[in-house]
Amino acid sequence: MIEVLRAGPLTTVQDLGRPGLAHLGVGRSGAADRPSLRLANRLVGNPEDAAALETTFGGLAVRATCATTVALTGAPCPVRVGGRARDGNAPVAVAAGEVVELGMPPAGVRTYLAVRGGLAVPPVLGACATDVLAHLGPDPVRDGDRLPTGHPAGPTPGVDVAPVRALPSEPLLRVVPGPRVDRFSPAALEVLGSRRFEVTAASDRVGVRFSGPSLERSRVEELPSEGLVEGAVQVPPDGQPVVFLADHPVTGGYPVIAVVHPQDLPVVAQLRPGQSARFAVQPALG
Amino acid sequence: MRFLPAGYSGLLVECDDLAQVMTLHRALQRSRPHGVVDLVPAALTLLLTFDASTSHARLRDTIAATDLDGGTGTAQQRHVTIEVTYDGADLADVAQLTGIPSDEVVRRHQAADYVVAFTGFAPGFAYVAGGDPALVVPRRSTPRTKVPAGSVALAGEFTGVYPGEGPGGWQLIGHTSAPLWDLQRDPPALLTPGTTVRFTEAHP
Repeated sequence: MIEVLRAGPLTTVQDLGRPGLAHLGVGRSGAADRPSLRLANRLVGNPEDAAALETTFGGLAVRATCATTVALTGAPCPVRVGGRARDGNAPVAVAAGEVVELGMPPAGVRTYLAVRGGLAVPPVLGACATDVLAHLGPDPVRDGDRLPTGHPAGPTPGVDVAPVRALPSEPLLRVVPGPRVDRFSPAALEVLGSRRFEVTAASDRVGVRFSGPSLERSRVEELPSEGLVEGAVQVPPDGQPVVFLADHPVTGGYPVIAVVHPQDLPVVAQLRPGQSARFAVQPALG
Repeated sequence: MRFLPAGYSGLLVECDDLAQVMTLHRALQRSRPHGVVDLVPAALTLLLTFDASTSHARLRDTIAATDLDGGTGTAQQRHVTIEVTYDGADLADVAQLTGIPSDEVVRRHQAADYVVAFTGFAPGFAYVAGGDPALVVPRRSTPRTKVPAGSVALAGEFTGVYPGEGPGGWQLIGHTSAPLWDLQRDPPALLTPGTTVRFTEAHP
C-alpha cells in the first residue's frame, strides 16, 4: 500500500493502456511516455505493463506503508526518500513508513513512479490506465488516496542504475507525410519541416499543441471524421498543429498532415510549454 | 477504394461510401488480418492500426483480395430497440430545417430500419445510419457545452445517442433511458458497429 500525501499538479495511474477497443469508441490511453513506464517497471522487477504513477511536473509525495522498492523514470526530478536525496533511473529501497518526495523536474513533464509489485487498482476494460479525455479508468490521484500494491512477480534485477539519454532541449522530431497531406498547400509540408514550433500551455495527455507559422490548407471543405493514430499531426482551421498523445480521440475531423515516428513520441510527451521543436519530414511510406 | 498510409503503423482505407466501409469492416472483423490491433470505421474510411508483424503492403494486399460482395447480412447480428421520448430542444428547429411538421418528423424517425455504422467521439457514442433522407439536417451552428445523457440527436445522415453528459453540436430530438454504456456489461457499449436499431416512442 502507498499513501498519497500530496498528488501534485496531476498524477494518474497508468499502464500500457487498452488497445483493440477503438470500435467501442475507446482509445488506447496508458502512459504518455511508454518507454519510461516500461523502464520504471523493469527496475523494480515488475512486468513492463504493470500499473504505476504518472506525475505531471512532479510535486508528488507518497508514504510506503511497508518496506518496498521504487524507481523513478521519465522527466528527471529531484527525489528524496526519508529526507535523503536519491537518483532516478535506479531501484531505490524505501523503508516502511518512509516518504518518497518528488520536486519539480528541470526538464521534461512526466515522471513515472513504479512500486515493486505494481499498483493493484481495479482494471477497467482490461487496463488500469486513466483516460482523461474519455473519463475512463481510475480517477486522477488525490491527496489522501491509498493505493494497494500487488505481489512481486519476479526478482529485482541486478542493476544499480540504467543509463538514459538526456531529454533534448530542442528536439528534431521525425514525421512522415500523413493521410491528408493532399488537403494542404504544397508549401505547408515544407513549412512544417523547416521552421520552429513552440509548445503552448494548452497541451495535455490528449495532445501537444504547437504555435508557429500557419500550415495552410488547399482545400477548405469539411472532412468527415475519420480514425486517428497516436502521433498524428492534426491541423485545425487556425493552421496550428497538434500532435496527438495517448488519450487522443478515436476519430477526428481535421486533416492530418503528418505522423510522428513512434520512437520520437516519448520525446513529444516530455515537451514543456514554451519549449520549441522542429520536424524532419521523412520520405512518404509506400 | 484508396489506401492512405497513416504513419508507421496505420493504414487509412478510403472507401466509396458508408456501405462499403461497413461491408469492409464486417469482412475484416470476420477474418481479422494478422497483426491488426484496431479497426476504426468512420463515415468514409476504415483505419487499421497494426503491430510490427505486418506492413502497409501486406494489409493493402489482404484488403484488395477481400470479397466485398458476399456476406452482407449475417445471422448473428444484434438488434436493439431504443425507446425515445421525443421532447428534444431542437425538434422545432428540425421541423423548420426539413419543412416537415414535428409530429411527422417523429413518425418518420420511427419508421426507418437503422444500423450502427461506427462509434467514436466518446465511449459508446454510436453513429446510427439508415434514417429517412428527408431528415438530414446540419449540426447546430453553435454547439452546446452540455448535452444531457441519453439525448437522441440528428446530424447529417446519422442519429446519435449521447451515452453521458458532455458537449455536442447535434440537433436534439428526444431522450432515452436505454443504458448505452455500462462497464459491467460485455461489451459495455449497447450500440456497436453492425447492430441493427429501431427507434420507438416511449410510453410513460
